Amino acid sequence: MPLLNVQDLRTHFHTRNGIYRAVDGVSFSVERGETLGIVGESGSGKSVTCYSIMGLIPQPPGRIVSGTAFFDGIDLLHCSPRQARSIRGKRVSMIFQDPMTSLNPFVRVSEQIIEPLLIHENISRRDALARALTMLEAVGINDAAKRIHYYPHEFSGGMRQRVMIAMALITKPELLIADEPTTALDVTVQAQILELIGKMQRELGMAVIFITHDLGVVSGLCDRVQVMYAGRIVETADTRTLFKDPRHPYTRALQRSIPALQSKGAELYTIPGLPPDVSKNIPGCAFASRCEFATDRCAASIPELIALDATHAQACLRVQAGETLART
Amino acid sequence: MSDSILQLTDVKTHFPITRGFLVKRHIGTVKAVDGVNLTVRRGEVLGLVGESGCGKSTLARTILQLVPTTGGTVVLNGRNLGTSSDRELLAARRDLQMVFQDPYASLNPRMTVFATLAEPLLVHRVCATEDVAARVAELMRLVGLAPRFMQKYPHEFSGGQRQRIAIARALALEPKVIVADEPVSALDVSIQAQILNLLAQLTKKMNLTLIFIAHDLSVVKHISDRVAVMYLGKIVELGLAADVIERPRHPYTRALVSAIPTPNPDTERTRQRIVLAGDPPSPINPPAGCAFHPRCAYAQAQCKLAAPALMADGPTREVACVRLADLP
Repeated sequence: MPLLNVQDLRTHFHTRNGIYRAVDGVSFSVERGETLGIVGESGSGKSVTCYSIMGLIPQPPGRIVSGTAFFDGIDLLHCSPRQARSIRGKRVSMIFQDPMTSLNPFVRVSEQIIEPLLIHENISRRDALARALTMLEAVGINDAAKRIHYYPHEFSGGMRQRVMIAMALITKPELLIADEPTTALDVTVQAQILELIGKMQRELGMAVIFITHDLGVVSGLCDRVQVMYAGRIVETADTRTLFKDPRHPYTRALQRSIPALQSKGAELYTIPGLPPDVSKNIPGCAFASRCEFATDRCAASIPELIALDATHAQACLRVQAGETLART
Repeated sequence: MSDSILQLTDVKTHFPITRGFLVKRHIGTVKAVDGVNLTVRRGEVLGLVGESGCGKSTLARTILQLVPTTGGTVVLNGRNLGTSSDRELLAARRDLQMVFQDPYASLNPRMTVFATLAEPLLVHRVCATEDVAARVAELMRLVGLAPRFMQKYPHEFSGGQRQRIAIARALALEPKVIVADEPVSALDVSIQAQILNLLAQLTKKMNLTLIFIAHDLSVVKHISDRVAVMYLGKIVELGLAADVIERPRHPYTRALVSAIPTPNPDTERTRQRIVLAGDPPSPINPPAGCAFHPRCAYAQAQCKLAAPALMADGPTREVACVRLADLP
């Protein structure tokens, strides 16, 4: 049984300008100890998917219209608040993109790190502080005994992200959701943080959902990757297959537009147009209007995510029909 | 060697740190740019890379005289911008324009595209009032926007389109040099490719000299002819783009290059990575000698004594490291 199994999740936002279908029918699962990457451009619904699982969607305007998210047999979307609280923050934790704004600037780091322990475990303050100290040392903060009592502003960006990681991991979660944890950081600091997440994962044996828009980060860290576009998963495969044999036109286009994969000076491939407006009802494939292979059929019906083999699934009608989409 | 268009000689930009409300006491200096020597050749694309806080944006602003220089000279086409009068500076800016990072903040939300693009034309009196509309339409076509959007406001455009407007504004006066400060970092991958292609095309077509600032090395390698790497206010390595990024010489450049995750799962998992310890030091109180020595794997006693100058390393490369000959 997978550790987390999400089925047909739909999260919509009801606003004055209409209903934004931020996540519209997403199903996936995460095995114990596995690293799953979720890749997509801004607005593709990758963060909202995870926020929905964590119960962090403000309702209203958000509404989880349908779906289940079974974590170890408990449906996080329909269980009692009490049950949900015993899981969130203890067995599932999350780190956020911006370490500058996700720590409380008025509270000492020590208090913030021990908070999940005091809530979830029957532990004295003294023991909690001792565990927090060990954790801070594990995430690579020098002089932790002194710095644990600092306020967040006394740390640099990379250090704050380490504090966030320490806070997320102190309850030894089985699943860590990392929402673009390195996007706000410099590359040398990003390398430190990625290595740290990998190391902590090996030590604690936890599963990780890693949300990012950077295909480079995914390639080194993740076992499996799913690509999201306009609130749906368009392709999912193990990392090597996704990079070596991408099938969905969007995944292929995305790879062709990264400078690192192209020869220098050559014109980059660009995806024409803009991501669709998810407040409009799209009757067919959301990518059809930008896709170089689109036919009339693509605009008429929404393609399902269908497995090509045991680990590789994709949602393009023409690929599913067995056509080879050669570049013109 | 092609002729130079812009020469920076020992450019320094320091900012005072003061404390106190009525009586301001000078308590320190931020040495954002601290002795940069650089010659930009006519028609080249020069990439400028470095981590946040290394002074690359301040250097850009110093070139445009948007911040006062503390020392050194910026010479554009034989004219020393530092000693120019306001009137001369205004004239010089016809040849020297800038594109900023955030297209959401750099366009005036209350000005239509027409007003934004017409302003430089009117300020510099480069075309007659009755021709302005035609010129604006031409500029919009040049950057790939339909002239029928002329009366729209910035909020009606996407990020990529706004960056196109910002580029059109910079091109309005047919400058010789454009300084682009992280023009694609705020954009998604697919949009980033569009803007990079546009910049590459325009540079060729209009014979522009482009100073391209970014922290993403793969982007810089793609677009630049030469690359300068900055660390704590100084240039530590300068050379042809492919050379610097594929065969970095300075220990800092090596670490920076090795920190970039590559979108290739096979090499990404096996390659040797240099993970730097710690954060970049503060430019308020930089380490004595070579600013990189506390994080450098090759540092010796001599590195703490004097800041190394850029020395030629082969015909096209300059590196600032005293131990260059001993490096593997």
